[in-house]
Amino acid sequence: MNITKQEVEKVAKLARLQLTESEQAAFIKQLSQILTHVETLKQYDTTGVEPTATVLGQVNVFRPDEARPSLPVERAVTNAPESADGFFVVPKIIEDRQPL
Amino acid sequence: MSIHKLTLYELHKKFTAGEVTATEIVRAYGLRIGQVESKVKAYITQTKDSVMAQASALDASLKGWRKTAPMMGMPLAIKDNICTEGVTTTCASRMLGNFVPPYDATVIAKLRQQGYLLLGKTNLDEFAMGSSTENSAFGPSRNPWNLHCVPGGSSGGSAAAVAADECAAALGSDTGGSIRQPAAFCGVVGLKPTYGRVSRYGLIAFASSLDQIGPITKDVTDAAFLLGAIAGHDPLDSTSADVPVPDYMKALKKKDLKRLKVGVPAEFFAEGLDPDVEQAVRAAIEELKALGCTIKEIQLPRTDAAVATYYVIATAEASSNLARYDGVKFGLRAKETKDLLDLYMKTRQEGFGPEVKRRIMLGTYVLSAGYYDTYYGKAQAVRTLIRQDFDAAFHDVDLIVTPVTPTPAFQFGAKSEDPLQMYLSDIFTISVNLAGVPAISLPCGFSQTGLPIGLQLIGRPFEEDTLLRAAYAYEQSTQWRMKKPVIR
Repeated sequence: MNITKQEVEKVAKLARLQLTESEQAAFIKQLSQILTHVETLKQYDTTGVEPTATVLGQVNVFRPDEARPSLPVERAVTNAPESADGFFVVPKIIEDRQPL
Repeated sequence: MSIHKLTLYELHKKFTAGEVTATEIVRAYGLRIGQVESKVKAYITQTKDSVMAQASALDASLKGWRKTAPMMGMPLAIKDNICTEGVTTTCASRMLGNFVPPYDATVIAKLRQQGYLLLGKTNLDEFAMGSSTENSAFGPSRNPWNLHCVPGGSSGGSAAAVAADECAAALGSDTGGSIRQPAAFCGVVGLKPTYGRVSRYGLIAFASSLDQIGPITKDVTDAAFLLGAIAGHDPLDSTSADVPVPDYMKALKKKDLKRLKVGVPAEFFAEGLDPDVEQAVRAAIEELKALGCTIKEIQLPRTDAAVATYYVIATAEASSNLARYDGVKFGLRAKETKDLLDLYMKTRQEGFGPEVKRRIMLGTYVLSAGYYDTYYGKAQAVRTLIRQDFDAAFHDVDLIVTPVTPTPAFQFGAKSEDPLQMYLSDIFTISVNLAGVPAISLPCGFSQTGLPIGLQLIGRPFEEDTLLRAAYAYEQSTQWRMKKPVIR
């Protein structure tokens, strides 16, 4: 299994990871090696085998819909790189437009 | 009496009897840490002043005869991916270098309620991804038995701290062997409980269907004692199991192993197994036989598939779990970014180390359109086959015995340039997480170079009591735990 440079770029973008040239080069080689090993799974016949997502066999876990104490807003934002008035601050998302 | 040389349970008895105070305990450990920490580097954060204040307050609140909770006054070290309110929890990542959790993990809340003493937060591979602590953003920990060797990982700091007597016991987390492998490398006891036995609430998530918190201790009694203090159902973790917690200390007393059937899987004694390790584990199997166990050859035919299955499932879950590190709600934020997308990309570039990036890349790849069925779907199906192997084996036997690792501790740099080789060294521990069953690692000998060797016992789901009972009987019939590292 050989991964291309384009695939690495695409996956990095999906993962929101900016990579350096040398990281890209390393990942092309390493991910190809690892995926080649992963392909050995093909030898196992899994026709009709249910996939395992969790070992406990739980389906849904419910609790009563009751208000419970939770983290106060001011403490929830204490670790934020930037906050104001109990909100997280991020760069502007919606670009300025000319009025219609 | 050297306080730091006592086991957790011995110290508990002395504390309960009023023979030692919390302040004396903290002072003794402060001295011990001062002596060896510069060589071992087990801790990322030491609590020093705050733990002394905690100890003084505890002593002041106790007068005369005391009825104590199990962990009251007990000096513990906690892996730095378990949230401790008010104490920095870094995950050994630049991403969380300044993260101070506003809440306690459930295991910490339980310990705090019992009056434990937090000595500090121990080193790990970044986000628990690794087998050597070489992936820590703050530099590796060292193996107390040989400072040129890795302590194992990812809970390497916890295992090294226990082996070097820098704490009475520690908590680690185990996703693919991260408690058992460092315990084996450092000559201590490590227990990965059944998935769901211990709450994961407040454990910083790596791979949610595999992660489990457990004890790393000086002996088997301590593992039983500490597991009892942290186990149990937790409504805050929807994957925690509502199964009663037995008295693990009581389980140790049933020394007779005559009715136990122990399986030896041929697949774990294949090519690549270090001869010293094989010899030590085979001798341990003879000892279990001498203790009354019936030994039986068994098969776990899909063992070869475990590493590939694990590195698909674990990385897929990690890529999803680690999406939360975006520079907005907590943790690092890159400076000088032009828009939100740029902020995400640069923050994650700066905050994550190479192994974490590699796993996010792999996980994203196996989940991406066109590859999901080929890789992720396939791995989930093979995971079912691996579970079926264990189910079938446990139909015939009560326990499975194997080596923990193919080799004793390796030297720094030996595998860090070759990720696949590093991954393959997890071969004996990984299938246990995929199956969700409990397993314990305990010392069973030394290599010719003087490094500890670990024995792994694997049990049925929620039968930690049987595991502990067999481990205890073996431990008591051998002398391995008596040998301590000389740190130099």
